[in-house]
Amino acid sequence: MDSNAAHALIRFGLGRRGAEPMPADPHAWLGRQLDGPDPALEAPCHSTAEGVRAVRTVQTRKAGDPTKENPVRDIYRADTATSIDTLLTTANPFRERLVWFWANHFTVSIRRPLVAGLVNAFVREAIRPHVTGRFSDMLLAVMRHPAMLFYLDNAQSVGPDSVAGRRRKVGLNENLARECLELHSVTPAARYTQADVTSFARVLTGWSISYDAANPGFLYRPFAHEPDAKTVMGQTYEGGEVEGERALAWLAAHPATLHNIATKLARHFIADTPPPAAVSRIEGVLRGTGGDLKAASLALLDIPEAWQPLTKLRTPFDYIIGVLRALDLPTTNRPDVAGLMAGLGQGLHNAPLPNGWPDTAPDWAAPEAMLRRIDWAYAVTGRTKDLDPLATADASLGPLLPAATREQIVRAGSKREAMTLLLAAPEFQRR
Amino acid sequence: MGAHMPKLSRRASLLGLGATFSLGRISLATAAAATEQRFVVILLRGALDGLSAVQPYGDPALTGLRGALALPEPGQPGGVLDLGGLHGLHPALAGMHTLYRANELAVVHAVAGHYRSRSHFDAQDYLESGADRRMNSGWLNRAAGLLPAKPGVAAGAEAALSVGTTVALLLRGPAPVGTWLPQSFGQPDPAIYRSLLALHRADPLTGPALAEGLKERGFTEAVLNGSEPPKDKYSFPALATAAGRLLGAPDGPRIAALEVGGWDTHAGQKGRLPGVLGTLDKGLMGLKDGLGSAWARTVVLVMTEFGRTVRVNGTNGTDHGTGGVAFVAGGAVAGGRVLGSWPGLAPDRLFENRDLMPTTDLRSVAKGLLTSHFRIDAGRLAGVFPDSADAPPMKGLLRT
Repeated sequence: MDSNAAHALIRFGLGRRGAEPMPADPHAWLGRQLDGPDPALEAPCHSTAEGVRAVRTVQTRKAGDPTKENPVRDIYRADTATSIDTLLTTANPFRERLVWFWANHFTVSIRRPLVAGLVNAFVREAIRPHVTGRFSDMLLAVMRHPAMLFYLDNAQSVGPDSVAGRRRKVGLNENLARECLELHSVTPAARYTQADVTSFARVLTGWSISYDAANPGFLYRPFAHEPDAKTVMGQTYEGGEVEGERALAWLAAHPATLHNIATKLARHFIADTPPPAAVSRIEGVLRGTGGDLKAASLALLDIPEAWQPLTKLRTPFDYIIGVLRALDLPTTNRPDVAGLMAGLGQGLHNAPLPNGWPDTAPDWAAPEAMLRRIDWAYAVTGRTKDLDPLATADASLGPLLPAATREQIVRAGSKREAMTLLLAAPEFQRR
Repeated sequence: MGAHMPKLSRRASLLGLGATFSLGRISLATAAAATEQRFVVILLRGALDGLSAVQPYGDPALTGLRGALALPEPGQPGGVLDLGGLHGLHPALAGMHTLYRANELAVVHAVAGHYRSRSHFDAQDYLESGADRRMNSGWLNRAAGLLPAKPGVAAGAEAALSVGTTVALLLRGPAPVGTWLPQSFGQPDPAIYRSLLALHRADPLTGPALAEGLKERGFTEAVLNGSEPPKDKYSFPALATAAGRLLGAPDGPRIAALEVGGWDTHAGQKGRLPGVLGTLDKGLMGLKDGLGSAWARTVVLVMTEFGRTVRVNGTNGTDHGTGGVAFVAGGAVAGGRVLGSWPGLAPDRLFENRDLMPTTDLRSVAKGLLTSHFRIDAGRLAGVFPDSADAPPMKGLLRT
């Protein structure tokens, strides 16, 4: 097996699935995955409209209502099962990695429980179509999506001097505006002020959700929009729905934003502390292409450090998916992936805060966390009786399997112990 | 598991086990049938060193071959527990020695399956299949299928139960086996942690994390190197006791398979064996306690996939060998004897000049037990152990 191919499958993919064919030209194989629309868009998924209706149904239920049905939970379960199936079976794992990278960059979390009805539609409609498109389009789609407007409270944010604000004594909620500046775009490195945050929140007033059964989804509410001109980071906006779009376009193109996303991409795919030259290179591509994410993703493949030995620690998400792809268990014999992720400390769509899950090794290498990986590896080997540990080791790690680990697998006292040693070995923790 | 659920819950409470019951490093499978006889197989995965468990202290070649692994003779400090002049039990097997003296435990030495593989995986597959090839079912399952069904229970409705994340091949097969997955992950044998600690040691991040995590969980060096059993309430003795209670209940299952690992002592064997042997000993005594009066109608077969090399290797351990030891215990056993023909350890008596020469076929032992205990005739036994005409049932294993 070509060690570049093995490397590509782990670093840029989700780990080899069983004995799927090895790419002859790893670089070209990765690049091809970004051509055309995402095939996973064909998978069934409840729409945002269906999600909003479900959220409304649960929201308006009176306390003590004995109804057992929970459409939010049902939607979440069905669509999560689909998305896990995609992770375990996709032939475009690089693209899938990028989808989850961006979904984490733009975290919406089911720590706000009703987000569960919307999060999979959010990934499908606001993230997936733009993973190989422009960052500005993704940012706009995210900021207009009901999942984000709900999660970061913008749906209720009302301009104090708007018609609705004067009438009802309701006002601004800065949550989304602040997180958009701090996390999604320019970051504090751009030295914006509290006044900028407040102004940006005013810009975004009126960006809300329609729960109207006939037309559920994003709704611009002019009566909630702050009327006067606003200045955000030196840019003046004259009012209306369009000013939010203009502000987001300006933020998306800001050099600090490009630096932010270039750094995060390089950190995710190359190293916890990415080489400055790598960041500059991605940043340059983004600048030169007007924020083309396909070009930036392809540029990652040309960075020499991306092909140096695997030093990133798999997060529990990466680890569980990597293990289950390596084992390639029949669907009837798969464990509950979402439950496992929670058990290993990275519940699916359940990041504690809007900054999403951390992306560096020390965040995931706590002592008990590492032991839980071993215990889970041991548990999952209870399902692998028919697999040969050495064959699985050679298929999944190939030339990346060091002699010491191989020796331990060969000498193990049982198939199950051998498989546990493989799945818990240091090499299986890295990507 | 579906329809089995209420039954399992009742069993779980019978066992005093909650929903979070964690298995640790063993698994348990049981099968119900309309018989008062109980049959338990304890599978020692990883290959027990038979010459340490039952040391032929009277064999003149022993000390020369075994060096530091040889234990003192009976009566000396740390000496073996005498079994009648030639053999002695490892001192960690004190409970089993009591059973031997009460004629409730027999030793079968120089025993091996019919296969000659020194691969754990192949040998365990063959041992559990009861054949020289891997089959899709285990011999214990096929034997369970021959027992009379419980009246009022539809055929196949609740023949077997496996507690754990997996059913051992030994009990897999046409007789249905329900599985109950514990909520928590369970934990591997401490030896696995130890191996992983070694593999991760060079990693500046995961190495220290693993070491610290194990320390936080209370794994001392003694537990990791096997000289002390882990402090785990779901340890083998606890689960064996629970299994005994389950089997002892009037309407409980009649067949069970348990397994315990940690036997693959390639290095530092002298320090590691007492821990696992003590675990086995306590487990067997716990099983007896749990069974209560049903112990009188119980047969337990303790077996392993193969023995280990006669000579000590370069790391004070032993490597994969051939002839080993099996134990037969229970109130129904005609014990107090070391069975089988002792081949001796003289150089010309060793198998391939390295292993204990097998003189008894393990299938003969198992067939002898099934024939006497469940009155399974030779014709039906042929289906349990295919192509085993050369291994006739061993006679006289049980009290009659």
